[in-house]
Amino acid sequence: MYETHYHRAASTEDAAKLMGAAADGKFVSGGQTLIPTMKQRLAAPSDLIDLRHIAAMKGITINGNQVTIGAATTHAEVAASKELRAVCAGICDLAGMIGDPAVRHMGTIGGSIANNDPAADYPAAMMALNAQIMTNKRTIDCDDFFTGMFETALEDNEIITAVSFAAPTKSAYEKFRNPASRYAMAGVFVAKLKNGQARVGITGAGSGGVFRHGEMETALAANWSSDAVANAKVDGGELLSDIHASSAYRAALIIAMAKRAVAKAA
Amino acid sequence: MATVSMTVNGKKVSGTVEDRTLLVQFLRENLGLTGTHVGCDTSQCGACVVHVDGKAVKSCTMLAAQASGTTVTTIEGLADGTTLHPVQAAFREHHGLQCGFCTPGMIMTAVDMIERAKKSGTKLDEAAIREGLEGNICRCTGYHNIVKAIHAASMATA
Amino acid sequence: MGVEGIGARVTRKEDQRFITGKGRYTDDFKMAGMHYAAFVRSPHAHATIKKIDRTAAEAMPGVVAIYDGMQLKADGIGNIICGWMVHSKDGSPMKMGAWSALATEKVRYVGDAVVVVIADTQANARNAAEAVEIDYSPLPVVTDAVAALKPGAPQLHTEADGNLIFDWELGDAKATDAALANSAHVTEMDIVNNRLSPNPMEPRAALAYHDEAEDHFTLYTTSQNPHVARLVLSAFYQVAPENKLRVIAPDVGGGFGSKIYIYPEEIVCLWASKKARVPVKWTADRTEAFLTDAHGRDHVSKARMGFDKDGKITGFKVDTIANLGAYMSLFSSSVPTYLYATLLSGQYNIANIHANVRTVYTNTVPVDAYRGAGRPEATFVVERMMETAAREMKMDPAELRRRNFVRSFPHQTPVIMAYDAGDFEATLDSALKQADYAGFPARKAEAAKRGKKRGIGMSCYIEACGIAPSAAVGSLGAGVGLWESAEVRVNPVGTIEIMTGSHSHGQGHETTFAQLIAERFGLPIANVNIVHGDTDKVQFGMGTYGSRSGAVGMSAIVKALDKVEAKAKKIAAHLMEADAGDIVIENGVAKVAGTDKKLDWHMICLAAYTAHNLPAGMEPGLKEGAFYDPTNFTFPAGTYICEVEVDPETGTTEIIQFVAADDFGKIINPMIVEGQVHGGVAQGIGQALMEGVIYNSEGQMLTASYMDYQMPRAGDLPSFTLSTHETLCPGNPLGMKGCGEAGAIGSPPALINALTDAIGHNNLAMPATPQRVWAAINAK
Repeated sequence: MYETHYHRAASTEDAAKLMGAAADGKFVSGGQTLIPTMKQRLAAPSDLIDLRHIAAMKGITINGNQVTIGAATTHAEVAASKELRAVCAGICDLAGMIGDPAVRHMGTIGGSIANNDPAADYPAAMMALNAQIMTNKRTIDCDDFFTGMFETALEDNEIITAVSFAAPTKSAYEKFRNPASRYAMAGVFVAKLKNGQARVGITGAGSGGVFRHGEMETALAANWSSDAVANAKVDGGELLSDIHASSAYRAALIIAMAKRAVAKAA
Repeated sequence: MATVSMTVNGKKVSGTVEDRTLLVQFLRENLGLTGTHVGCDTSQCGACVVHVDGKAVKSCTMLAAQASGTTVTTIEGLADGTTLHPVQAAFREHHGLQCGFCTPGMIMTAVDMIERAKKSGTKLDEAAIREGLEGNICRCTGYHNIVKAIHAASMATA
Repeated sequence: MGVEGIGARVTRKEDQRFITGKGRYTDDFKMAGMHYAAFVRSPHAHATIKKIDRTAAEAMPGVVAIYDGMQLKADGIGNIICGWMVHSKDGSPMKMGAWSALATEKVRYVGDAVVVVIADTQANARNAAEAVEIDYSPLPVVTDAVAALKPGAPQLHTEADGNLIFDWELGDAKATDAALANSAHVTEMDIVNNRLSPNPMEPRAALAYHDEAEDHFTLYTTSQNPHVARLVLSAFYQVAPENKLRVIAPDVGGGFGSKIYIYPEEIVCLWASKKARVPVKWTADRTEAFLTDAHGRDHVSKARMGFDKDGKITGFKVDTIANLGAYMSLFSSSVPTYLYATLLSGQYNIANIHANVRTVYTNTVPVDAYRGAGRPEATFVVERMMETAAREMKMDPAELRRRNFVRSFPHQTPVIMAYDAGDFEATLDSALKQADYAGFPARKAEAAKRGKKRGIGMSCYIEACGIAPSAAVGSLGAGVGLWESAEVRVNPVGTIEIMTGSHSHGQGHETTFAQLIAERFGLPIANVNIVHGDTDKVQFGMGTYGSRSGAVGMSAIVKALDKVEAKAKKIAAHLMEADAGDIVIENGVAKVAGTDKKLDWHMICLAAYTAHNLPAGMEPGLKEGAFYDPTNFTFPAGTYICEVEVDPETGTTEIIQFVAADDFGKIINPMIVEGQVHGGVAQGIGQALMEGVIYNSEGQMLTASYMDYQMPRAGDLPSFTLSTHETLCPGNPLGMKGCGEAGAIGSPPALINALTDAIGHNNLAMPATPQRVWAAINAK
C-alpha cells in the first residue's frame, strides 16, 4: 500500500471540508473494498476520510411505511434488524449474504452503493425497491443514481448519508456466487411494491453494472410466480463474460435466481 | 504518521505509525503479537481475524488508525490466564487444527459466531457453522473437525 | 502399551502453542538490523532482458542494495537443479535448461525473479522494486504442453530442442499392443489432469543472517526438509559449505509438497545477507505464492484399456504429456515417471502395461510434487477408465473392479512395483456398505422427482508411499537416498528427546512420535520432546513428503529405541543382578520376570549417567541413533465412494456423501490419521470441482489470487464418512503404510465418476465448476 493520510470525520460537513483540502482524497467507510484495492496498489488516495464515526449516518429508522437506512450502517446491522425484517425481509437477507461475517461487521450500505461494483449486492435492492439515495447535497432517484460500472451520479465531495424506500409488500434476494471470490455472479432482487408495481434489480451480471429487467417486471406485476419469469429473455450481449461464467451461463443464472427469489417472496 | 492508541488484550497500548499501517501490521510488528497471521492479500483467508469492540473483523482490511480508540482482542488474549477459552479447548479436543496457521483466525471467528448465535437465540447446526466459516480458509483439515469443534463448543457454552 | 501408546486417540501436544497464538513461524522471527527483500519479477511470460536500470530505485528511501543475476553469477552462485536423472527411451539424459535464481538473459514465466531490492522496511523495498526499470523484448509464448511440442512452437531453452525434456517409457509396448488387439472390448479416453496451486496457508518465507566473524549463515525458512535444503544450498548452489550453514524450519504452516524445494528466494536472501551485510527477510504475499510456488499435476493423456469377454483386463496403454513449466524443479522429473507410471496397475492384476511419458517446457510456473505427486494422476487415469469401461460393457463398476483385483501377495506388477500386502475387496465391501450402494437407485429416482440429477461414483486407489528404498530410487536416477534418521536421547532424569529427520508441518509428529515411547516404556508422552527442523540440533535426515514420516521416519525411531531398550535392560539387569533377557519394561518400571524385583525407569537412566555401577566395559550414557532405509515402498490402498446431486439450472454440485475406506496398515493415532484423510479428500474434491490454474495466451495467470482460484471452503464440503481396514505392511517394524496423500489421490476420480453418472455422459473435465457442469448438461 502506498502511504496515505487518514482523517476521521465527525460530521458530513467536516468530511466535505477534509475532502476539499485533499489532493486526491477518498471517502472510506467500512473499507472492505477500498482497503484491499489499496493493498494491491491499485488505488493510491492521498487522503482517506473516514465516515464511520458520523453518528447521523448510522441506524435504521422505520417511519410508518418508510424505511431509512443510514449510510454508515453495517451489513451485519441490516441483516440482524428484526424491525426491518418485518417490513422488508429481502434486504435483510441480502445484507446477510454479503461477504462473510467479518466483512459484514465492517462493510456499510453507503460504501457498497457509492462504489457501484458490478458484483455488489445492494445496488440490486436499491433498484428493485425504487429507493432514494440521500446525500449531503440532494436526493437522487435510484434509476438516475447508478450510471455504469463503478460509476454513479455522485459528484466530487458528495457523500451518501442514507437510503430510503417505501416498504414493499414482497421482497427477496437470491444470488449465485462466483465460486472463487464469492461475489455475486448473478444476484436478483425482486420486489412487489405497495402500488402493485413489480421491480427486478439484477447485479453481478451486467456489463454496465446493476440493471432492471422490464419483461420480468411486467410479467410479475400480472402474475407473481416463478413461472412468470421462467421464460423471460435475458440479453447475453449485455452481460459480463469471464473465466467463471460466460454470458450465456450468466443469463441462465439470472433466470434461475429470479425464479428462486420470486418463490421465496411468495 | 498517525498516533494510534487502543486497548489490546486488556492492555492500553499506543504507537506512532504510518497512516497506511494495517491493524495486523501494528499487532505483529509493533506489539509483537504474532499469533495473528496473514495468509492472503485479498481479504479472503481469515487468518488475520481479531475482535474489534467485540466483533470479528479482518485485521488485514482495517487500518491501525481506523482501530484507534477501540478495544481489540487477539488470539493471545482469548484464554483466561492458563485457562483456555472453551473454543480453544474444543479445537484441541476435536483435532480442529493441523499446521496451526489458520487456527487463530478460525478460533476468533468461531468465538464470534457462537456469541452471535447466543445473542440471537439461534442454535448452530452444521450448515450454519459451515456458512459462518465463509471467510476463513483452511488447507489442512478439510474443515470436518473444525466444524465438530465449533459445534461442541457451542453446545458446551450454550 | 498404556493409554498413550500405539492406537491411542491422544490429543496433540503441539496444539497448546497453536491455539494460544504462540506458534513460531518464519515470518514471526525478527533480528536486530533486519532488512527486507523485494523481488522484481518478470511481467512477461517469455522475453529477453535488454537492460536493467536501477538508478531511480537506488535513490529511493531505505534502499541498501540492489542486485541482479549477473552479480549472482559473478559470486559463483550455482544454477538451480533437478535432482533426479531420467533418461529418454533412446538412452539420452534429460535436457535440463539453466535456471538462475535471478534471471540473466531471458525470463521464461510471469513471476521469474530478475532483481532483488534490499531495504529497511518491506514497504520501502517494494516501492524501490517498482522503480527498477527493466527493458524487455517480448518473445512468443506457449503455456500448453501439447502446443509446446508442435513444430514451430516458441523455444524456451537451447538445451531442450522442441521443448522436449525427455521421452520416456515403461513397460512392454509390443506385448501391450498385442493384448489390446486381441481384446473383446477396448475403452479409449483422452484425460486431462488439471494444474493446481498447492496453497499452504502460510506463504513461503526466508530470514537469512550472515555472521561475519564466523563466516557462518543461518536461514530460517518454510521447509519440509531443512537438511535437504542445506545440502542443496551448499553442494549445488555454493552458498556456503554445510558446516557454515544452519537451516531452521520452525513451525511451518502446511507444505503439501510445495515446501520441499529450494527456491530462488532462499538462495538470494542468503547470498544477499552476506553481500549487503544485513539480515534479510522475505515473506511472500499470496500473489507471489501463486506466481512462484511449484504447481502440481498438469497432464494430458490418451489411454486405452482392453478387456476379455469376462471383463478381465488384458492390457493398458497410456501416452502422457506432462507440463513441467519453465524450469525443472528439484524432483520434477520423478513425478510424471517413477511416481506415476509405476502405479498404472492400480489395484488390478494386469499382465501388460505400457506407458509413454513426454515432459515439456512451457512458459508457466515450474511443476513438481504436490500432495500425491504422480499417484493422483495415475489413479485418475486408471479409475476413470475402469468406471467408463464398466458403463460401456454394461457392468456394475464395483463388480468390474472386483473381477480384476490383485488377490495374492506379494504381487509383481509389470511396472516396477511389487505390492507387498493388501485386501482390496475388504475396503471395497466396507465402502459399498457404508455408502448404501445398493440403495442408490431409489435415491436417484427420488432426486429426479425434485428435478435434481444424482450420481454415484467410486475409486479404488493404490499408492506407493514410505518413500523410499535408497538403492532402488538410486538405480532409477534419484540423486539422494531416501532413508530417515533418528536419535533417541534419554536424559539422566529419564525424560527423552527424539531428534528426527522428519519435519512436522501439520502432521502432529510431536504427538505420534512420542506415542512410540509410551508404547515402548509406558512413559507419559509429556516426558518426551520431539526435536526437528534444525540442522544444528538434528543429525542429517531427509524430511517429510511422500507419506514417509510414519513408515520411514518412525521406523528409524523404532530402530533407535531397540538399541536404547537393549542397553537399558542390560543396566537394569546389572543393578538387579538378573539376566537382561528376563527384564521387562512397562509403565515406566523395569521388572525381572517371575520375581518382585523392580527398578524405576529414571533410576536406570540416572545409573547410565552417573556410571558408578555399570556392567563391565559399558560406555556411560543412554543415547542411541539409527538410520532406517526401507526395503520396499509401502502400498496404502482403499475405496472411495462419492454421491452427488446436481442442480441442472445452475450446474451446482452438492456432495451428498463421501465415504472413504482405507488400509493404512498400523495406525498410531486414529484421530490424526482421520485428520489427514479429511484434508487430503478436501484437496481432492478441490481438484475435481474447484481448483485450476488458468493462463491466457500471453502467459498471464488469470487465477493468481483467491478472487479467481477457488479454494475449498467449509460450505463447499460435506462431513466425511471414514473407516479403516488393517493389513500390516511386512516391510517395516510397525507395519505402517502411510496416510498423508491417500485422500488427495483417491478422491478426484470418485467425484468425476459420480458427476458423469449424474449428467449421463462422460464429457466433463476437471475442475467440474458449476459453469462446466451446466455446459455439460446443456451440451448433451
